[in-house]
Amino acid sequence: MSSPVPKRPTERYPAEVSAFDRSAARWREEYSRLAPDDAAIRNRSGIEVKPLYGPDDWSGENYLDDLGFPGQLPLTRGIYPSMHRGRPWSQRQLVGLGTPEDYNARLKQILAAGSTAVSLIPCNSVYRGYDVDEVDPLLLGTCGATVNTVEDMDICFRDIALGKISIGLNDPLPFTLLALLLAVAKRRDVPWGEITGTSNQSDYISHFVANHMFFRVALPGSRRILSDHIEFMNRHVPGWNPVSVVGQHMQQAGATPAQAMAFTLCTAIQYAEDCRARGMEPDAFLPRFTFFFDISISFFEEIAKLRAGRRLWAKIARDRLGAKDPRSWRFKFHAQTSGLDLTRAQPLNNIARSAIQAMAGIFGGLQSLHTDAYDEVLSTPTVEAARIAVATQNILRDEAHLADVIDPVGGSYYVEALTDQMEEEIERVIGEIDAAGGMYAAVDSGLVQTLIGESALAFQRQIESGAQKVVGVNAFQVEEDASARASLERPDPADIDKQIARYQRFKAARSRDGVQRALDALARAANDATQNSYEKVVDAALAGVTHGEICTCLRREMGFGQPLCIV
Amino acid sequence: MNEPMLHPPPKVLVTKIGLDGHDRGSRLVAAFLRDAGMEVIYTPPWQQISTVVKMAMEEDVDVIGISSLATDHLIVPKLLQALRAAGLDDVEVIVGGIVPDREEAALLKVGVARVFHPGSPLEEIVDVVCRLTAKRRTKPALSLKEAP
Repeated sequence: MSSPVPKRPTERYPAEVSAFDRSAARWREEYSRLAPDDAAIRNRSGIEVKPLYGPDDWSGENYLDDLGFPGQLPLTRGIYPSMHRGRPWSQRQLVGLGTPEDYNARLKQILAAGSTAVSLIPCNSVYRGYDVDEVDPLLLGTCGATVNTVEDMDICFRDIALGKISIGLNDPLPFTLLALLLAVAKRRDVPWGEITGTSNQSDYISHFVANHMFFRVALPGSRRILSDHIEFMNRHVPGWNPVSVVGQHMQQAGATPAQAMAFTLCTAIQYAEDCRARGMEPDAFLPRFTFFFDISISFFEEIAKLRAGRRLWAKIARDRLGAKDPRSWRFKFHAQTSGLDLTRAQPLNNIARSAIQAMAGIFGGLQSLHTDAYDEVLSTPTVEAARIAVATQNILRDEAHLADVIDPVGGSYYVEALTDQMEEEIERVIGEIDAAGGMYAAVDSGLVQTLIGESALAFQRQIESGAQKVVGVNAFQVEEDASARASLERPDPADIDKQIARYQRFKAARSRDGVQRALDALARAANDATQNSYEKVVDAALAGVTHGEICTCLRREMGFGQPLCIV
Repeated sequence: MNEPMLHPPPKVLVTKIGLDGHDRGSRLVAAFLRDAGMEVIYTPPWQQISTVVKMAMEEDVDVIGISSLATDHLIVPKLLQALRAAGLDDVEVIVGGIVPDREEAALLKVGVARVFHPGSPLEEIVDVVCRLTAKRRTKPALSLKEAP
């Protein structure tokens, strides 16, 4: 174990060296006496955490090189000069349940409450690439909205000005929901240039590796569609963020915070290099790259993870990818509090957990935040739990004043030393992935899946052994009456039946020729790398082709996506 | 494990039906059962109910473990029906993941042997699988099918 005690500061205080040494020695002696059995503590990324940090761990001498000012390289303290003081983070809660009408009603409530950033979570059937008539109706609308057609999308955003809100679409490739949204915009004469938002499930690598909810098309086809999508959106919808690289999936699947950050950066490098290989200029697409992270309850580790990631991305974008535009160096990210840390036992305790996780994300300099509802571990969140989740963010901002000071933990000996150590660990993992041939090769071979599986098992063993305490689970348990808990109603089967009937009417009323022509063109583009396949997806949506039909066509032409599952 | 493992060890199919793809839990449970000495068959997510029944029959599994994090437990009663229709009444089904309390009762009512929620100790899952296997093996190989 390294010495827990700061030994000497620097030559800056020559007159006080002896006083410093005397004080340090005294503290060390007193500490050993009071904590004789002090055992090594490691954070989730495996970094040893000492009882005290001081000037030996971080001196602040290289302030401009290590931290700099907000909005200035190396961007450690934040990507914008004004950060949360100038503009608080966006509250982007995940929303989606039931039918398009249900979604529209919920959206109006949220907008009436002052939100300008919304999200659309579709039904699991949509995630898997199916229309409502292709799956068991019992599963429809239980986790998100059933959106298959341009008509469904129109209902989702009925009475809502598309150009006035930023829309986060949980829309994996081939980005059919976005295509349907663009079709609705065209119907309403809203110029595509006014549409803003994010394709926040665009990271097919994270889907292949970790979150299989969204994996539809085999790996090589996915690789191509994403590049086509980036190119198309940069050209036609410049206010849209076509890429969100998702570290959240990796960490939820078991990666340590350092691994999750490393895999995310490696994935971003992979996507950027794939774009460059097509002759695109880094500064044409990198300003629209965004990131999405999990925030666990390992408080300081998460702050350090996010600060280190921001500093590393600036370096990678500039030095490795050759970006010259400062907007390309900005590590813009959304974060979500981790549902994995939430417990079924004593579920109200989860409100405290989400608040602590959210604080770590805010101190880490996030741009947008989703706080989990306390009952997420019991079911899809109830309305009251979702309201408390939003209130938590408002309390942190307006009552606790966490947005008043930029990077308020910057300069802390511990946080800065840990940021440096996390950065080293992240770089070590990036080196491992580079040595394996980059992220695409490393997931194709199963290396990343194996590393994540090992970390998940190691963490679970910590909980099983009691080394990691979880209140209510392996410590401080109480007897409770689970049946007294509120639970969410499932969608009304009659509403789901109506939705299926409407879907069938929509299909019957279409121009059959137009649909066939659009699908033929899509199939041809899927087999012709000189065409832009995403352009054909958008054309298909404009022609009334449904979500499921587009996915079926691409699965047939490019292969069904089966993840590599390693136990 | 304190108890000696059954001989032959329990044979367990760990799988997911329906639409959900979250598999951290199922992979952890599969790895843990395997490390406890059981024979584990693990599949990727999104299996058809008919495929699960076929695998259970061909592999003669003792226990089927279904993982559900996003409402796929709602179709587990259909799996039990299909197992009974195939004459596999004696194969025990356990479910793990996010299952609301009210719906847990419904699952137990149709014959699910046990529902494990987040936070369940892995040792407990091993123990339950052993007990269910022992129970199954003391039954006659082919039980007379009861009217559903």
